[in-house]
Amino acid sequence: MSTKTKLLAIVAASVAASSLVAEEMTIVSWGGAYSKSQLRAYHEPYSEKSGVTIINDDSSAEAVAKLRAMNEAGNVTWDVVDVVAADAIRLCDEGLAMEIDADTQLAAAPDGTSASDDFGDLLVSDCFIPQIVYSTTFGYRTDLVGDTPPSNICDVFDLEAYPGKRSLEKRAINNMEWALLCDGVAKDDVYSVLETPEGQDQALAKLDTIKDSVVWWSAGADTPQLLADGEVIMGSTYNGRLFSVIEEQKQPVAMLWDAQVFDLDGWIIPTGLSEERKARALDYIMFATDTQRLADQAKYISYGPARKSSAPLVGKHADLGIDMAPHMPTDPENAKNTFLYNYEFWADYRDDIETKFQAWLAK
Amino acid sequence: MSDETQSGPVLAADGTPLKQSLARSLRNQKMRALALIGPLLIFVLISFVIPIGSMLFRSVENGMVEQTIPLTVEALKDWDIDSGESPNEAVYQAFVEDMIVAIEAKKHTRLGTRLNYEQTGMSSLFRKSGRKIKRLDPQADAPFKDKLIDIDKKWGDAQTWAVIKTHSVKITNGYFLNAIDMQRTPEGAQAQPEDKRILITLFKRTLFMSLVITFSCIMLAYPVAWILANLPMRTANMLMILVLLPFWTSLLVRTSAWKVMLQQQGVINEVLVWLGIVADDARLVMINNQLGTIIAMTHILLPFMILPMYSVMQTIQPTYLRAAKSMGATNWTAFWRVYFPLSVPGIGAGSILVFILSIGYYITPEIVGGTKGVFISNRIAYHISSSLNWGLAAALGTILLAVVLILYWAYDKIVGIDNVKLG
Repeated sequence: MSTKTKLLAIVAASVAASSLVAEEMTIVSWGGAYSKSQLRAYHEPYSEKSGVTIINDDSSAEAVAKLRAMNEAGNVTWDVVDVVAADAIRLCDEGLAMEIDADTQLAAAPDGTSASDDFGDLLVSDCFIPQIVYSTTFGYRTDLVGDTPPSNICDVFDLEAYPGKRSLEKRAINNMEWALLCDGVAKDDVYSVLETPEGQDQALAKLDTIKDSVVWWSAGADTPQLLADGEVIMGSTYNGRLFSVIEEQKQPVAMLWDAQVFDLDGWIIPTGLSEERKARALDYIMFATDTQRLADQAKYISYGPARKSSAPLVGKHADLGIDMAPHMPTDPENAKNTFLYNYEFWADYRDDIETKFQAWLAK
Repeated sequence: MSDETQSGPVLAADGTPLKQSLARSLRNQKMRALALIGPLLIFVLISFVIPIGSMLFRSVENGMVEQTIPLTVEALKDWDIDSGESPNEAVYQAFVEDMIVAIEAKKHTRLGTRLNYEQTGMSSLFRKSGRKIKRLDPQADAPFKDKLIDIDKKWGDAQTWAVIKTHSVKITNGYFLNAIDMQRTPEGAQAQPEDKRILITLFKRTLFMSLVITFSCIMLAYPVAWILANLPMRTANMLMILVLLPFWTSLLVRTSAWKVMLQQQGVINEVLVWLGIVADDARLVMINNQLGTIIAMTHILLPFMILPMYSVMQTIQPTYLRAAKSMGATNWTAFWRVYFPLSVPGIGAGSILVFILSIGYYITPEIVGGTKGVFISNRIAYHISSSLNWGLAAALGTILLAVVLILYWAYDKIVGIDNVKLG
């Protein structure tokens, strides 16, 4: 064997070895309690089954911008990314997420129902595999709101009955809809009213009535903190955050489920992956979004599984031992009056209304 | 023989002309110097100049429209934008041909996103129409005008085509116009409607608040630096650690600590209420407004002011002050006429550092600024990571960079840049 062939053999062997070592994938998510629930419900069982090492990256908040930058640089380092549905739609539009065929690339329900029927309307984009249903809703301090606790979304706008500060998210989405609902617009007409400049002014005028009493938040952890400190008497945030304030930290806080806005969170697979990585990502997705796995996640966090077939399997919280079903946003008791976020509408109007909203905020 | 040497060029020892030989040795010297700084030069070029340059270029770059629908852009050249009528069949034919190619490459939705920055509704128009146009055949299904209007009546609207035509130029001023609350329209640059103007306000606020922060840093840092410079070395070093300690603490921790201090149920308000200075129902609002941003950022940037001031003041001889006093100056005159002018280079260096740092600050205003205390950088971050309007973000960044350079130039004219010292 000549030196050259020997050298080649060594190179080939080390390449083979490095590809063996590279049995790992990077999964991007939101961090905190949410990533932990995914770790226990999806990552750990998957690693055990397949031997793939999973690396967590808590970058979902900037996922869209980072994926675009990676794509432009031609070096996508993420394999599976957890994003909200609105971001998934944008990633799909930008050609940054790959299209998934639900029926062939996702697992069917145990009773044989196809994945596309099992997820139903929640498949809002061709690239998006829904994982959980969460809601943006209000929590209030039970000791600071007097004898009649708020029961209606419009109590947020009622400064006379509930004086004190409230926290709202520093963006137009959700706030504009709630404002219109409480200004006498029927639920079905909200988006057709919000399409018009007059409707946008109407919503801002309604928000104007409480503007001086609002603390604006930009991170999901802000409202729970503000409630715990007594800085605000009520505030909007994601329902899972309120669950942990109420049940894990035992703060005097209760949920106001009225007019909660349903939203979806789920997976996308970036475009531009090598065949090998793509196959691995698809294999992970197939495993992590099956009926049992989605139901398992609800043991760790109070977000509803996106599959219909998972709902009956939701059990007790893994550490607290309490029944999780009543804490799900989709529970019939909580979902008496819900509001459905309109993705198409916001994809179009976001740039426009958001600018107006920020201009109004700065006034 | 001797004639020859005199008329020909002067030769070096190896027989080459002296001039040439000298030039070569100088060139060698330059090359050697260049090789020494080469690694740094390449590093700066790759990691700094090229990325910033390409980011700045995005503020005018607009090739996407023409790349995605080239035939349409060509066909639209014959369409009179002021006619108020939708274009003729040739444009629709070109558009369908372009779209079929673009849909194949999944580029049409990108174009929709791009145009949606200019006209609300473009995003879904392109996405929804794309699904139907995909099924058309560019030969068999012609003519297309009525078919497209059937798919979405917006295709029959002259406004839709006007937007496409207005924004089909390769190099655009549109992002810069947006960045100063104006917009590019078929009739030229026009002001945005009043309820969408925000960026000029933010620019002004950023500049104003950065000045306030710089000024309050000067006021707080000057006495501290003076004490540090005049104490015995041992004590000064101890106190120096107190200045540097917050410097070594994470920015987020310091900002969040201010939140705990300043909020209405926070430490300061609790103490004031307990002392009876402030009534329980009239607690001070010190956070989520401009005051919160100014307090937190002054604290965070203070070391950048103290350190240059301190090192300049250390070099001022105490004998100067004594000399002034011995000649009859009061304490104030000695300070104001002798000490202060000598310490100006430190103030200048600190001010430039603090001002430039604060003008681009992002995370602290976001956390403690509420709605009135946020900076232009918060909008830039929004457009980079949330709206994905990188062109606008680049234009805002370019303007910010230009403002800083202009102010730097003005500073050089008024105070003089050689009058700045870091020690």
